[in-house]
Amino acid sequence: MVSPNTPETPGGGTSPSGAPRSIQDVVIRLAGNSQDGIQAVGGFLARLAGRSDQDVMTYMTIPSTISGGPSIFQVRMGTGDILSAGDRADMLVAFYQHSYDAHISSLRPGGVLLYDSDHVTPVAGDNRFTHVAVPITTATVEAVGGTGKDKGKNIFILGLIARIFDLDVAKLSALIKERFGGRNEDIVRNAMLAFDSGYAWPQNNLRDLFYRFEAVDQAGGPAPSGRPQITVDGNTAVAYGLLAGGVRHGAGYPITPWSSIMETLRTELPKYGGIFVQCEDEIAAVSTAIGFSYTGQLAITGSSGPGLSLKMEALGWAVMAEMPLIVVNVQRGGPSTGMPTNVEQSDLLQAIYGSHGDAPRVVVSPKNVEDCFYIALEATRIAREYSTPVFILTDFALASRIEAFDEPDLTTLMVSPKADLSTRGADFKPYPLDRITRHAPPGARIESGKYPTVTGLEHDEMGHPTGSPKLHTQMTIKRREKIKALGAALPAPEHTGDPEGEVLLVTWGSTWGPGREAVGRIRPAGVKAGHLHLRHIHPLPNGLEAIFAKYKKIVVAEINDEGLYGFGQLATLLRARYANPDIVSITKTDGLTFKVSEIVTGLAKYVGSQKLDGTVGVSSHSALAKST
Amino acid sequence: MSSVATPPAPAGAPLTKKVLVADHPTWCPGCGDFAVLASFYRVLEKLQYPHEKIVTFAGIGCSSRFPYFVNTHGGHYIHGRALPFAAGISLGNDDLHVFVFGGDGDGFSIGGNHLVHTARKNPRITYVIMDNFVYGLTKKQTSPTSPIGFKTKTDPTGAMDQPINPMRTLLNTGATFVARSHATQVNHMTDMMLRAAKHDGFSVVEILSECVEFYEGAFDAANPRKGGTWSMIDEKKNDGSPEDAARHDTSDELAAMKIALEPWPGKFGVYYENKSRPTKNALEAGLIARAKEKTKNATDLQLLQSTFAKLR
Repeated sequence: MVSPNTPETPGGGTSPSGAPRSIQDVVIRLAGNSQDGIQAVGGFLARLAGRSDQDVMTYMTIPSTISGGPSIFQVRMGTGDILSAGDRADMLVAFYQHSYDAHISSLRPGGVLLYDSDHVTPVAGDNRFTHVAVPITTATVEAVGGTGKDKGKNIFILGLIARIFDLDVAKLSALIKERFGGRNEDIVRNAMLAFDSGYAWPQNNLRDLFYRFEAVDQAGGPAPSGRPQITVDGNTAVAYGLLAGGVRHGAGYPITPWSSIMETLRTELPKYGGIFVQCEDEIAAVSTAIGFSYTGQLAITGSSGPGLSLKMEALGWAVMAEMPLIVVNVQRGGPSTGMPTNVEQSDLLQAIYGSHGDAPRVVVSPKNVEDCFYIALEATRIAREYSTPVFILTDFALASRIEAFDEPDLTTLMVSPKADLSTRGADFKPYPLDRITRHAPPGARIESGKYPTVTGLEHDEMGHPTGSPKLHTQMTIKRREKIKALGAALPAPEHTGDPEGEVLLVTWGSTWGPGREAVGRIRPAGVKAGHLHLRHIHPLPNGLEAIFAKYKKIVVAEINDEGLYGFGQLATLLRARYANPDIVSITKTDGLTFKVSEIVTGLAKYVGSQKLDGTVGVSSHSALAKST
Repeated sequence: MSSVATPPAPAGAPLTKKVLVADHPTWCPGCGDFAVLASFYRVLEKLQYPHEKIVTFAGIGCSSRFPYFVNTHGGHYIHGRALPFAAGISLGNDDLHVFVFGGDGDGFSIGGNHLVHTARKNPRITYVIMDNFVYGLTKKQTSPTSPIGFKTKTDPTGAMDQPINPMRTLLNTGATFVARSHATQVNHMTDMMLRAAKHDGFSVVEILSECVEFYEGAFDAANPRKGGTWSMIDEKKNDGSPEDAARHDTSDELAAMKIALEPWPGKFGVYYENKSRPTKNALEAGLIARAKEKTKNATDLQLLQSTFAKLR
């Protein structure tokens, strides 16, 4: 059997009755309500994958309503690299009629519809899918008993999925016990009852659904690190990256989907001797964070959507006063309240140019959940070294997604957060024209006895106000040149695929995965294509023009609008920067991550010699289909 | 960066006005803020904090130029937001002595919400509001404390919105030290700032400081030299005398509110002080101490490693 979400490869075959069919990866979408614990199932599968050979990527939507309402969790698991959440599901688990109605279109023909027959009546005679009716609610109630009603449906389904996909029951049981073990015994016992009941359930046509992930040849890939895997979401990874980077102070205001970063930091920082302040508003939050940084301890603030707009005046101050600061923007759909629980990459130009006046700062963006950790760590280094605010542009997709990756080697990565309160020499100046600013935090003696001021007014080298045209020009250059110096010091960006050819796909942020998968699909079809991914967006690394020159078209895929002039935000920037009319755009604003097929279809427009459609390199049938 | 150990301050070299003076003030001649600045030098001379541990911060406005005129660590932030910034300074380094200066626009208008929430949090900060009842830096617009009928460029026929009563507002915020003074009363003003500085928590002093350019004579009603009446709060001495019963108990919020509601020009002195409410600095330190105890003072590396181990 061929996996639908990876390039077509030979192998597989119909299984003899009873024997598991071999698959490379599978996309399972669970659809129910937000209180059903669907995310927990996804979490268990993700962590199981982290402890096995499988890789995993999850995709989650939650309603912005407080409780109740539709919720889905999509998990793609398999052997080898998983780059995207999967365009379409191979299996849909529908808890309610509305779940069925809303998500049946996401199921691939030949896929398996597993539904709660207590709540769902599928369209009669729909032969596109294998229908599997399971009375999930009554079976759970029978299994668990007591007064818990149907609580535990999620764990019942987990048991069923474990049986269908031949998952490691011992490891899953251990995970369940770890998860619930802190509470009373009854909860663990009920969870295991629900799990076992689900695992033992298969009857009727469910007996024919039995799969096993095939081992793939990992040769040629990166050597295994030998380190264990950890499984976290992107927001958690950002928070831990900052901790590793020596950030011990921060301030924020709750807003979706940023909040969980501040929740994690509020819980974790006191253990490290740090403080995270929940402020009265976004402006107070950025101000308190800059106040922390002023004391010589790099601090973080962050937000989403409208919250970033509120911080922009203070950000201008931080640029002017050259204060190091980390600003995390977990992007969501905008403008205004927009789509609070959907993904968008529409804050790029705000991150680069927001605020007022000429206010150069640094903007970086992680490519996946693992990179949320490493980019946060790198941001702390840049902020300190260049005494500058650094934006980390992540997004809702990364924030809510769980991935398993190699545990970072903290023994080599941990940064000590000590503030430098040593005495500064008599020649100390906070704003020297010929060097990068190194502030003397309060508490540090100045030998000359002349204490510095930090200020939002244009200032001289000692930080005192000036109206001098010459000094404003010189200081503007100073603030600009240090950011340019960072650009010159940046590593070359990740450039894969054909080093030259017809088309170069350029991505940033979480579009990395589907972008890379898209280029991986079209190259076997004969298209000479490369993929360039930018983690550092402002400043851009040097040398991109030489890479662009090797391709006929440079296609930038990003989740934002093409704007008045027909190009997405990064594409607009690259066109302006390189004056290259061959830079074009693939954009969209549906609030969802890119499907691989959408990028393939977008690239097809610019590939003259080949005919591509969105399904190139993809089997037209589900991995779970019975026929070959 | 030099990592040489801090040499001790020359023995016996006191912190004097001479050391503390920085740029020449840009205020108009006759501005009340000069007197506030002179008093502040005296306060610092009396306190004798280590020079490097004093921080003078401000928002935007005429009075907010203050930090440029005081030779200490300090800065000039954005309009109305100096308090949350100062909270970051105070919480970021508990050894520091943080003073914030600002005007009525900064404190009661654009920064009004920060005043309320900084008071809620009670960090160790001394906040001096130099209230002149008018926007002076932008040349005479209505301020949140401009009295009804006061003619400005934005209210040519006279201000119509109810002005803020600073004492009433400050008492309502729950600030743990609230006092009021007048820029023409140098000794009183110095005493108020000194007591505010010594208060363990968020202390606020409102100082009526005349803008001679745009609101001349605004505070004459409380200035005996201009025919006004200077009326100080008579604080309880706890001496057991019969007259002491009538004196003001500064820990009595309701009594403080009654004084705040007295008609213009009202009374000057300490309205309220709460010596028992813990500071945000102390609460956060307690949180850290408990967390450290729970984790048995594990190193940062051990902490994060053990977190990762749980994520496997």
